[in-house]
Amino acid sequence: MTTEIHIGRRGFLIGGAAIGGLSLGLHIPYGAEAAEAAAAPEVNAWVLVKPDDTVVIRIARSEMGQGTLTGLAQLVAEELDCDWSRVTTEYPTPGQSAARGRVWGDFSTGGSRGIRDSHDYVRKGGAIARQMLIQAAANEWKAPASECRAENGVITHAASGRSTSYGKVAEAAAKLTPPANVALKDPRDWKIAGKGLKRLDTADKTTGKMLYGVDVRLPGMLNAAIKACPVFGGKLASYDESKIANFKGVKKVVRVGDNAVAVIADTWWRAKIALDALPIVWNEGPNAQSNSPDTAKWLADGLHNSEPAVTGNRNGDAYAAIARSPKIIEAVYGYPHQNHAAMEPLNATALYTPEKCEVWTGTQNGEAALEAVVAASGLPRENCDVRKVMLGGGFGRRGFADYVTQAVLIAKQLPGTPVKLLWSREEDMTQGKYHPVTQCKLTGAFDADNKLAALHMRISGQSIFSTVRPQMVKNGLDPAVFQGLAATGDARIGYDFPNLLVEHSMRNPPVPPGWWRGVNINQNAIYLECFMDELAHASGEDPVAFRRKLMANHPKHLAVLNAVAERAGWDKPAPEGLHRGAAVFMGYGSYVAAVAEISVAPDDKIKIRRIVAATDPGYAVNPAQIERQIAGSFVYGLSALFHGEITLKNGRVEQENFDSYDSMRLKDMPKVECIVMPSGGFWGGVGEPTICVAAPAVLNAYFAATGKRIRALPLRDANISFA
Amino acid sequence: MTVLFVNGKTIEADVEPDTPLLWALRENLGLTGTKYGCGVGQCGACTVHIDGQPTRSCSVTVADAVGKKIRTIEGLAENGVLHRVQQAWIDFDVPQCGYCQSGMIMAVAALLKETPQPTDKEIDAAITNICRCGTFQQVREAIHAASKA
Repeated sequence: MTTEIHIGRRGFLIGGAAIGGLSLGLHIPYGAEAAEAAAAPEVNAWVLVKPDDTVVIRIARSEMGQGTLTGLAQLVAEELDCDWSRVTTEYPTPGQSAARGRVWGDFSTGGSRGIRDSHDYVRKGGAIARQMLIQAAANEWKAPASECRAENGVITHAASGRSTSYGKVAEAAAKLTPPANVALKDPRDWKIAGKGLKRLDTADKTTGKMLYGVDVRLPGMLNAAIKACPVFGGKLASYDESKIANFKGVKKVVRVGDNAVAVIADTWWRAKIALDALPIVWNEGPNAQSNSPDTAKWLADGLHNSEPAVTGNRNGDAYAAIARSPKIIEAVYGYPHQNHAAMEPLNATALYTPEKCEVWTGTQNGEAALEAVVAASGLPRENCDVRKVMLGGGFGRRGFADYVTQAVLIAKQLPGTPVKLLWSREEDMTQGKYHPVTQCKLTGAFDADNKLAALHMRISGQSIFSTVRPQMVKNGLDPAVFQGLAATGDARIGYDFPNLLVEHSMRNPPVPPGWWRGVNINQNAIYLECFMDELAHASGEDPVAFRRKLMANHPKHLAVLNAVAERAGWDKPAPEGLHRGAAVFMGYGSYVAAVAEISVAPDDKIKIRRIVAATDPGYAVNPAQIERQIAGSFVYGLSALFHGEITLKNGRVEQENFDSYDSMRLKDMPKVECIVMPSGGFWGGVGEPTICVAAPAVLNAYFAATGKRIRALPLRDANISFA
Repeated sequence: MTVLFVNGKTIEADVEPDTPLLWALRENLGLTGTKYGCGVGQCGACTVHIDGQPTRSCSVTVADAVGKKIRTIEGLAENGVLHRVQQAWIDFDVPQCGYCQSGMIMAVAALLKETPQPTDKEIDAAITNICRCGTFQQVREAIHAASKA
């Protein structure tokens, strides 16, 4: 017996299994509500209110663990003045959005932008709906709307003593013309937003009921396992499917684009073992000669001042100041390729017919996924759609739609049959969109009075935009390369140097780059903040005091640095055997700082004892979730510091699973003491900024403990590990 | 047909005996709460109980699981009442993306059965699951809370 659960206005998922009398409910997190809500009046695009007063808030951005679903719902609910305990959410589809003139705005969920780029219009959505609901009640009562007030989903008219609920007037409200202008609340008056409310999506994540892309099952669905050419840029030459003709459950073997082959079977496991047995011949192409050590040498060449470079930030004349300096400090740092390694391997389920094409998937960018469906299916946009489900992590990888394209190309070869494409962990590890590789030579110059006179940062290496969005690169300048080092924008450098030059020599190895949680602030914060530590020691000053002197015109950077220094007791010696390091940076509109306290055993085993971290995101929509993002950022950032490295040998990624691409475990993680200190007046992100201070704080503490500078990741290459 | 004993019920599955238990649970029995993360026993997302022991189901074959009591995340709550670990997970708002949490919860439930009030050291030794979102701090807090429940 199977259960069909309708998703939205069309589509279905199987929610039960017929085996052995087991009755298994499968909750569809947004879809089931959406089906019911279809009957509920849509007050406006953002808000539906059911007759029982349940409020359905539409969320365009994607939830992947970062809490944006709950935070955005809080912002809408705040302006709506509804009863938070009756709030549910649903995702509109990208197809619905396209059909309605992008009424929900951008779906893209990356760059810590979920809230900071949409707070204004989602709050207006809530405020407009509130006004329409009040107006509907006022019309019924023939009272002026200005005399009616709403609270907790109840509208009252004090003069006549009447009251009603949102659910009772929603149908009438839905017929009204929305007001053109609405006033938004002062954040100081927030009652729902600004509070550390619990997430809306927790319960199903504790019972196994939450539906991720990997869990999607459709009637008659088949499963596909895929292998793309292990050398980037290589093509599929041929395969011999006769060798797997007798494999149980195998239905079809198909080419996918020009570089991959997929086996389609009744179950994924049967597809996978058949694929593993399938003889495949690749045209590996020129990148088969690519090896990571050669790439490192080529990048090092770019550090020479004679090589061409573009300027990302400059004041004064750093070259001249360095030339006349009596004391010069120089160091070269490096940051490797890294994979996202989200816990849920990439997957998408597609159903193609000559008339329409639908995809179910976890994506950080529903609209990009829809465009991929349109392109791969060759069907008009209005005949395509994407149904988003929960993401088992994204970290930037699910902002790409390559796996969606593949799923559609596969399903197209079996019209009318839904096919779920699931990547193996090995495919996920070796077909990534990796954290870009760069190196950086830093030169600091002191004047005769031992004051810092100049800083020159010369970055050599990969640009994400040059591959992913080349139109963003003008005259060789990729602005994102200078993230955290720029003079202006949402990732500004926090120091004033008398002379500064930051430049980039672009060198793009044949490894596809992508946005990786934190993106370019990760390496730039290591380069700058570890080198600031080096300069402080060279000048004989305390690293925090040294920084403070250069931060007079950057009060928000200074405030987070001071906050962590004070909480960590920086001005007093660390406890016996412990050593401290600090770092401060800005990214994604937020100011972040950290102090790490570590011990280092003689065999170079590190125990991280304490982390203090501060964030000023401007407004804190859900402080409890911000604390979780800060703490989680250390797990991601320190996994990268200790373990994270993707290398190429003969063009192939050498790391295929967590045994060679390890991740931090619970035992390695101390408590993170979070200081959430929103100073108001701006909207910064929280999912990514803190990652960048994790590694430099620990590296600086390692120097304090050992007197040794580690200037390249991961630490395992220097035989340094967690205790 | 292979006969398995899962969550208190005897069920039949049309599956080869050398299939990893993980895939039999997910694909043949529809128990998708148990997650695929690595397939090589590293990440722990597929942790289930076999005769009470926390086990990475990607690394056990169906043949090895025959005749044993298998419990998955779907069978952790009893008589409609959440297990105290599940309840602690809700109380402490532990999951972020949540994908690894079925395995995490199963590992913790087994730990608390064996060691009702674990120290931090015992937690460190027993809970080796990978979580890329980084929920470890809440996991530790919730374990301590559940151990007192």
